[in-house]
Amino acid sequence: MSAPAEPLAAEPAGEHVGEHRDYAGAKLGMWIFVFTELILFGGLFVAYGMYRSMHAHDFHKASGELNLTLGVINTLILLTSSLTMVLSIVAIRLQRKVQSMFFLACTMLLGAAFLVNKFFEWKAKIHHGIYPGSEHLMARPPGERLFFGLYFGMTGLHGLHVTVGVVVMSVMLVFLARDKIRHNDFIKLENTGLYWHLVDVIWIFLLPLFYLAA
Amino acid sequence: MSTAAESPTSEPSFYERKGIASWLLTTDHKRIGILYLGSMMTFFLVGMTFGVFMRLEQLTMGPTIMKPTTYNALFTLHGVMMIFLFVIPGLSAVFGNFFLPIMIGAKDVAFPRLNLLSWYLFMSGAAVSLSSLFTGSGPPDTGWSFYVPYSLRTRTNVTMAVFGVFLIGFSSIITGLNFITTMHRLRTKGMNWMRMPLFPWALYATAWVQVLATPILGITLLLVMLERLFHLGIFDPSIGGDPILYQHLFWTYSHPAVYIMILPAMGAISEIIPTFAHRTIFGYKAIVLSSMGIAAIGSLVWAHHMFTSGMSEVAIVVFSLLTFLVAIPSAIKVFNWVATLYKGSVELRSPMLFALAFIFLFSIGGLTGLFQGALAINVHIHDTYFIVGHFHYVMFGGTGFAFFAALHYWYPKMFGRMYSERTAIVAFVLIFIGFNLLYFTFLVLGLQGMPRRYYDHLPRFHTGHIWATIGSWIMVAGLLLMVINLVRGLFRKTTIPANPWGGVTLEWTVSSPPPTENFDVLPVISEPAYTFNPVTKEPA
Repeated sequence: MSAPAEPLAAEPAGEHVGEHRDYAGAKLGMWIFVFTELILFGGLFVAYGMYRSMHAHDFHKASGELNLTLGVINTLILLTSSLTMVLSIVAIRLQRKVQSMFFLACTMLLGAAFLVNKFFEWKAKIHHGIYPGSEHLMARPPGERLFFGLYFGMTGLHGLHVTVGVVVMSVMLVFLARDKIRHNDFIKLENTGLYWHLVDVIWIFLLPLFYLAA
Repeated sequence: MSTAAESPTSEPSFYERKGIASWLLTTDHKRIGILYLGSMMTFFLVGMTFGVFMRLEQLTMGPTIMKPTTYNALFTLHGVMMIFLFVIPGLSAVFGNFFLPIMIGAKDVAFPRLNLLSWYLFMSGAAVSLSSLFTGSGPPDTGWSFYVPYSLRTRTNVTMAVFGVFLIGFSSIITGLNFITTMHRLRTKGMNWMRMPLFPWALYATAWVQVLATPILGITLLLVMLERLFHLGIFDPSIGGDPILYQHLFWTYSHPAVYIMILPAMGAISEIIPTFAHRTIFGYKAIVLSSMGIAAIGSLVWAHHMFTSGMSEVAIVVFSLLTFLVAIPSAIKVFNWVATLYKGSVELRSPMLFALAFIFLFSIGGLTGLFQGALAINVHIHDTYFIVGHFHYVMFGGTGFAFFAALHYWYPKMFGRMYSERTAIVAFVLIFIGFNLLYFTFLVLGLQGMPRRYYDHLPRFHTGHIWATIGSWIMVAGLLLMVINLVRGLFRKTTIPANPWGGVTLEWTVSSPPPTENFDVLPVISEPAYTFNPVTKEPA
């Protein structure tokens, strides 16, 4: 990216008298929330680590059945969406409202595309009789059952986070349109961005653990 | 202590606005504190009733007033309500919300709307878990710990109860996040960290535990729900999962949760003792550091709940050692409180009596905890009434008594009214006697071998059970008297001065009850907390 044409607004001070606005505070709160999310997923990563060390061979075998192409495409989609998210924040700081809305809409579309991909991936698995509690899966060794249990649990929880992210972004889009988010008051958008990067980072760990374990 | 706001303001109190909407849509931290107080006292009384029924059942051998399945549901719901709806939100939700901003010289918490959201999450969590009583196929019967695989097999309405607890956990995380940000961003001018009073410090340590430990409970309970609905298999041994993993994850939250319950209680005691000893707290820095120490070490001791569950010997020894270590900061606090009394001018008002009882009961609770940390003894007393006695000494004798101490201490400030001191003392004496009769008997019964959660008992435990049940009657009489006294006090027309006890923290500089904005002019702090010299008590 080229250097911004105008200086980015630094930590803007509240311009309305009597209205409490604390950017550093809002960011601190969001960072703490992001940590709690990491710990929430952390419980699942612990379970994954434990069962993989117990059933290394089964995990290796089951991982080969996942669709690596779809997994990589989804990774690219999410990484691109993080870029458009950042571009949206930069645009609003430069007072380019329409551009900011455009990039935010791109981020939402990419998030939705991720979910569509995921839907087809899950559908194919369920079509083959691979889903928690299915007869087909129960006939296989415990390690493979656990692998798919974790796969559905972790990608499901991640998908839920993507969905929440898209919903939050649609609210932000309305805020942008109504000038509730402005070049000197964009903490809501920035915190949405923080959340979206978190969702992205978690996927970056899910990809190797599930798709590349084979 | 403060220089700017010496005289109480004549601003209207925060009760000024009327109407139900002004309460349900409020973002005023004081009103949210009152909302929490009302809802939690209700849950406490319901949970207490469940406990009374359980004691009645144990009054005679064989069936007394209920079926075994009802008994199972009762101990589960007693645990869920008391733990998740009373002691975990506990002092931090009520007094933390009400007093944290005032004590650090702020007008509100950092995120007032999130604060209201957390109350709504708490209430919906409570509603969902209570609805498990009436919906589905019967109330949950797993015990409050929801151990797998039974919680996956039972046909009772565990999913609903677990979802309720999940929501309450979310509420707890938001409160913690809010308090941390508040203390980092909103301390008034001159109030650096080492001038912050000890109740906020305790809330700070608690908030970190809430934020870092609660998500683990969240994911664990989420998995229990998914297991029950979709048979994921993570905890289910018939699919390949490991039930011990559940226990690890559950206690990774639920042991630190014990410190979520007790730390704010210790903070409140650290406020009450200097006020009624009329001298500065002994060892301020040591108490601050021990709060943080308890939060840190307390997060690493969870597996001492699982000594008999199946773990490597190395793990068992390590967790036993860590358990002994966490006793050190707790003991430091006890010594500091006692040292504060030394050469103080001790005034035995009702809050002080509750606070002194806290020190006594918490010491018993803490020391019996060390018995269980010792490996050889643990095997003998595991899952007996000794455990039940121990955690009631810590949770009720500790947090419960501190809650009542704080309630009596801050009552005039919160409501601008006063309860009857004489009745409060009578209630205290009844609670104290009943409590010890009930739970000390539990300790003895446990050493004799009475297992916990059993519907019935053998003849050799019979005498003990009768004593305990009598104790429960005395205690409940005291508790009811206390509640009636506090409610009646609300209707006694009196005016309360800003500083009825002679306290020196900032909440005693604003009028009782405080004005909506807390301070006309934000105070500027120029001295350490608990500087007593210039303060004179106002005539009541």
